Amino acid sequence: MASTAETPALAGAPSPRSNRDVVEQNLARRHRNEAIFRFTGLGAILVGIALVGVLFGSILIKGVPAFTQATMTLEVDFDPEIINIPERPVLQASQSVAEYEQALLSWRRRLAFVNWNKVIQASLAKVLPAAADNARDAAGMIASGERIKLRDMVEADPSIVGTTQAVSLVAAANVDVWLKGNIDRTLPQHMQQLSKLQQEWSDELYQRGVISMAFSTALFTNVDSRSSPATAGLLGAIVGSVMMMLIVLVVAVPIGVMAAIYLEEFAPKNRLTDLIEVNINNLAAVPSIVFGLLGAAVFINFLGLPLSAPIVGGLVLSLMTLPTVIIASRASLRAVPPSIRQAALGVGASPMQAMFHHTLPLAVPGMLTGAIIGVAQALGETAPLLLIGMNAFVASVPSTPMEQSSALPVQIYLWQGNELRNFFEARTSAAIIVLLAVMITLNALAIFLRNRFERRW
Amino acid sequence: MSAVAAEASTGRYETIRIADPVARPTKIAAKEVYVHYGAKEALHHVSIDIPAQAVTAFIGPSGCGKSTFLRCFNRMNDTIENCRVDGVLDMEGEDLNDHSLDVVLLRARVGMVFQKPNPFPKSIFENIAYGPRIHGVAQDKAHLQEIVETSLKKAGLWEEVKDRLNEPGTGLSGGQQQRLCIARAIAVSPEVILMDEPCSALDPIATAKVEELIGELRQNYTIIIVTHSMSQAQRVSQRTAYFHLGYLVEEGPTESIFNNPQEKRTKDYITGVFG
Amino acid sequence: MNTLIVIAVILIVLSLVYQWGASTSRSVARSAGVKMHSRPVYYGLLLVLWCAIPAAVVYVLYSLFAPTIINSMILSYLPADVAGDPQARVSAMSRIQNLASGFGALGDVPDYERQAARALTSLRWTANLAIVALVAVVGVLGTLFARSRIGPEYRARNRVEWAIKALLITCSAIAILTTVGIVLSVLSEALRFFTFVNPIDFFFGTVWNPRFSSTGSGGQGDFGLLPLLWGTIMITIIAMLVAVPVGLMAAIYLSEYAGAKFRFISKPLLEVLAGIPTIVYGFFALVTVGPFFSGIGAALGLDVQATSAFTAGIVMGIMIIPFVSSLSDDIISQVPQTMRDGSYGLGATRSETIRKVILPAALPGIVGAFLLAVSRAVGETMIVVLAAGNSPVLTANPFEAVSTVTVTIVNQLTGDTDFASPQSLVAFALGLTLFVITLCLNVVAIYIVKKYREQYE
Repeated sequence: MASTAETPALAGAPSPRSNRDVVEQNLARRHRNEAIFRFTGLGAILVGIALVGVLFGSILIKGVPAFTQATMTLEVDFDPEIINIPERPVLQASQSVAEYEQALLSWRRRLAFVNWNKVIQASLAKVLPAAADNARDAAGMIASGERIKLRDMVEADPSIVGTTQAVSLVAAANVDVWLKGNIDRTLPQHMQQLSKLQQEWSDELYQRGVISMAFSTALFTNVDSRSSPATAGLLGAIVGSVMMMLIVLVVAVPIGVMAAIYLEEFAPKNRLTDLIEVNINNLAAVPSIVFGLLGAAVFINFLGLPLSAPIVGGLVLSLMTLPTVIIASRASLRAVPPSIRQAALGVGASPMQAMFHHTLPLAVPGMLTGAIIGVAQALGETAPLLLIGMNAFVASVPSTPMEQSSALPVQIYLWQGNELRNFFEARTSAAIIVLLAVMITLNALAIFLRNRFERRW
Repeated sequence: MSAVAAEASTGRYETIRIADPVARPTKIAAKEVYVHYGAKEALHHVSIDIPAQAVTAFIGPSGCGKSTFLRCFNRMNDTIENCRVDGVLDMEGEDLNDHSLDVVLLRARVGMVFQKPNPFPKSIFENIAYGPRIHGVAQDKAHLQEIVETSLKKAGLWEEVKDRLNEPGTGLSGGQQQRLCIARAIAVSPEVILMDEPCSALDPIATAKVEELIGELRQNYTIIIVTHSMSQAQRVSQRTAYFHLGYLVEEGPTESIFNNPQEKRTKDYITGVFG
Repeated sequence: MNTLIVIAVILIVLSLVYQWGASTSRSVARSAGVKMHSRPVYYGLLLVLWCAIPAAVVYVLYSLFAPTIINSMILSYLPADVAGDPQARVSAMSRIQNLASGFGALGDVPDYERQAARALTSLRWTANLAIVALVAVVGVLGTLFARSRIGPEYRARNRVEWAIKALLITCSAIAILTTVGIVLSVLSEALRFFTFVNPIDFFFGTVWNPRFSSTGSGGQGDFGLLPLLWGTIMITIIAMLVAVPVGLMAAIYLSEYAGAKFRFISKPLLEVLAGIPTIVYGFFALVTVGPFFSGIGAALGLDVQATSAFTAGIVMGIMIIPFVSSLSDDIISQVPQTMRDGSYGLGATRSETIRKVILPAALPGIVGAFLLAVSRAVGETMIVVLAAGNSPVLTANPFEAVSTVTVTIVNQLTGDTDFASPQSLVAFALGLTLFVITLCLNVVAIYIVKKYREQYE
């Protein structure tokens, strides 16, 4: 049998020698293909990383200037001539609370009807005498939302009427972009937003140091405004988002962890648990907007919960985050080696004790990482919130989760769609930077936890 | 334990070598081969001549370095991160361990069969045709078919699979899969075939078939086989090398190693005291 | 503040109950001179459960039904003409509530209101007192009952574990309930929509023009799904054309070529793309990518709209790159090393091994990953809302504005239309379509990937 190996039937097989020549001939071509393939792969990664760079770069370039804002400090005369209002009402013994509230409301209304533009004009005239004769131009120098600031000052402390206070006021968005050089100064006057006078005033005040570029605290301390881009802020949105994240933490994380414990450790292997398994994997891939529809139909239409309230948003986001938490928690439970469980069972612990005393503590870091990533995901989610009415304009800070509120990603959506889009573009980018900063912090925390506590068995 | 004692006294352990009664031509001469995994030295100054047209068996307890040494012959250790091979493996005047030598060409000349049958998830035909195709050996379709048929015949598998060449290779039995892998290695007409415990995953009948095949193949190829089974080494090999803890302890004609081991450890191992 | 005190009191009571249970078990053990079945902890927990759960059930029942009962009792104080008119009844009830709470009401307060308010105050007092007493009694009874059963043979641990297990199962069931909720709510609202519009007109209609909420006017508009579906498909195809080559090649490079260090740095960088909220991508598409393409188009003499299927598709592709690459990376890593060894052992180069052995072996898994990516692209909302142009027409030109299923859901449900109008309800029919499409994709993909994993385990 051994000698038949070289029979004529097999002689067609090329001899090793010639074979080697053929292989050698092709080597150059094959190595070239190898190099091309390899560089394509490297190129793909570099393209991906470059895209990250472009995205962040373009948003940073647009958004960073919005963190400073042209601001001027003026000596404001709270002139009783202009601010002609009665005493602030106080609750009388003979009054019911309802009557007092009504009196207060009408007092506030009078306060709101004060000609604040005139107050501002007079203050501006102190540094710019010409302002005294040009009411329109003077009013246009200050962000329209700043009138509310003066009104709030008086409302908080009516005794300042008749005094002069140094107040730092945000300049109008037009002045801001003019000074930042975001407007082509060579454009003909009829295409400019600022009048000739306002342009001169802006430059002059900037040179004199009356207008300075200050860190825009308004971005973080003000609520939204539709018409005053310079004073529109994120406070309401941030509070709304924080509330929703807390709800997600309180609802989705415990439920998700408990579900994971049951499915991973106690559930019998049968069709029902298979179904739950497929169902959870599917839920993780269901488009977020479908959860929004669920929220609209069940929480709002059926249960009658209020529109655009963080409680509804939080619940919808919790349902959306639940599968992520379950999957991550199961993975970290599975990563605990069975030997630990068996050791606990072997010394007489019940399955429940083995679980809660031994397996669970070892799985906690992994679960925590999953929970943080889930919360970060929920924080950036927009579409479902639009469907539960969160696209409404809300100019207040919610004090309970049942009140109307905005949310960070929704605020971005609203600002990019504002009619004054060109002014809001920088603000939108700034809001994105805030959102990304929070998300990156959360993700970095998750990565840190994973690297710090991850154990390889 | 004398080897360790010798090492301790001289700083170096010398392999015991017994020449063949009839000298065979040498195919590959390994000289002073060291292998490091990171800082750990896994193989210590191994030198051995591999005879042409014969089966050389590497035996020894687990972790003795025999598989690591085998993988030096076609530089499979390259694929392992932080593994370093030093020394010379002279095959007909070329150093296999010289990194200017193209590893693609080297592996076309030194084929390998693995511990676990690893057919590709392709048809039987495509499994065999894979090597000739990537190397551009086949001139045309007819030639390729001829190579496939020849290889399967050489591997003794032709009669069993000739009617189902288009079925997946993974559908064969374990023994058939391993012979398919041997046929796959043959198809690129290597000069040397390395076999890393080729029968460890097979049942006795499949093992017998593979062993019979190895006996036939040695007429045309130089074969090196790593095995755990002493009886297999006795059945298929002409020369045997015994490895222990990264040292090549003893090498010589198979009969002489098994019937008259010189080293105590070799004797203990083949008589089953340990290992 | 009040709530905090109540919570504190409850916690203190429960911890006392716990202590009592634990110490009782110890003393029983001591006096009987035997070993208890369970450790003291469990007797304590059992008492807490018996104290808290029945009391909580009573309280929940009370808060569900009491307001209705009290309201109906107050209603009897109203004169027939007020009680008969729904509007007057609601306003009278709220005035009574305000009077009872001491807030007061404006204007004249009729006698019946004053009487009702007084009755309401006393009723509330009684009810509050009654429920506190009832809850306390139930809690005490529960505790005493559980206490009476404590004995050496009593298997407290098993009971407590049973309760915990029931809780775990409930949590797992929430995942199922969510799916059921989605299906039921979306389906029922969609069916309501189909009472207005023939399903055939919806699924096969080629014109989308829902008009505004039809207030009496005859025309209802056209609700043809096909233009939206086509827009979705076109954008998905463009996105996959971007994401699949880049993502797959990146995964190949990371898993087969990259050294540990390169992998450690580049993988998280690429995954940053996955963590960015979609609203940010949408904004990026709208203000950066869209104008960029439109500029290139203008330079080439082509009419490329800034918001178009092309813009949205490209940006969505960028978003999906890390999704494809990390899924494919996982899948490719599952291909056993022996397969690679076999190929390298025959003298194949890396790229030959990858193209001819690893990719064919990983193909099913990769197809599964692609299906999941498609599902994601189909359900993606914010990018298309901002960048697709929202123009529901059938067009084959990717450089024109289109609309998608998700965009339309947002548009139809965020307008000021009545929830019960077909213009709003159509969102649920669209949502149902979307859910069914993604469900099929997900289930098939999950099944394929699962089978693939099992093959190599």
